[in-house]
Amino acid sequence: MTHSYLSPTGVEIAFVLVGLVILGSGLLVVTIKNLVYAALWLVVCMGSVAVEYLLLGAELLAWVQVLIYAGAVIVLFLFGLMLTKAPIGPTEELNVRNRWPALLVGLGAAGTLVTVVVQAYQHTWFDPRSSVSLGTGRSLGTQVFQYWVLPFEVLSVLLLAALVGAIVLSRRQRDSEEAEA
Amino acid sequence: MHAVYPLVLGALLFSIGLYGVLARRNAIAVLLAIELLLNAVTLNLVAFGSILRDQYGMGQVFTLFIITIAAAETGLGLAIVLLLYRQRATADLGEQRELAEPVERFDADELVPATELSTTEPSTTVLGAAR
Repeated sequence: MTHSYLSPTGVEIAFVLVGLVILGSGLLVVTIKNLVYAALWLVVCMGSVAVEYLLLGAELLAWVQVLIYAGAVIVLFLFGLMLTKAPIGPTEELNVRNRWPALLVGLGAAGTLVTVVVQAYQHTWFDPRSSVSLGTGRSLGTQVFQYWVLPFEVLSVLLLAALVGAIVLSRRQRDSEEAEA
Repeated sequence: MHAVYPLVLGALLFSIGLYGVLARRNAIAVLLAIELLLNAVTLNLVAFGSILRDQYGMGQVFTLFIITIAAAETGLGLAIVLLLYRQRATADLGEQRELAEPVERFDADELVPATELSTTEPSTTVLGAAR
């Protein structure tokens, strides 16, 4: 079976197109002047990443991504925006005044990473269809509970700790202050 | 599929997130950019999991773990930002200078300036007024 850049498969074309959506919405997330719009463009970005997971054969992860990222995390962000009375309209306050160092670091990282990755993997091909069986709920569950039980349990404790920590941090401290006074 | 497509996409998304972390000043905007960074990493993990297809399913399982950790991180991060906003009335990272060292200016011939220059106090009036 021969591979060529000049005859891309349908999966590759779809991957590149969705990838362009990801990059565009990602750029909007970090450059747009309206903070609420940035959070909403992040939904587009996360949803497109979920589509890429599907194209790479990770079915369960795609739905987890949609549920947790595009659903829960974004709602959390919007609540955070609401509670901190963040500027709703377009503002210049969102960005640092001198953006050239950030741009330099970003472009440098992009150049370095893309060069290294292309150099290292330019002769590697894989078939995403053969990894579809890896990404189903059945096989992922088997792997989690067969090989990764301990990290899974540790992670559940971490989630509990984060939950308790977030509650403790965001509770109003008025009672204790009054008790001291 | 050529392995370069997902890996280059992950690298570019990571760079965008890196730019966002450095260029944004609002704390919530920085957290949004951190989500981009995490997504770039998970995209790479899924791609490598699909390329290598190891016995333990590391790529996809680790992605699942990272999504969980990212949810925890977002919750805690937003709680911290909320606390910061309540105490200082701003979520601007450029304004959080309470722990910064006061700027002391040295001349070339003043090698022991600590006693004379200690009267230059850091301005805490803006931050203190919010309480």
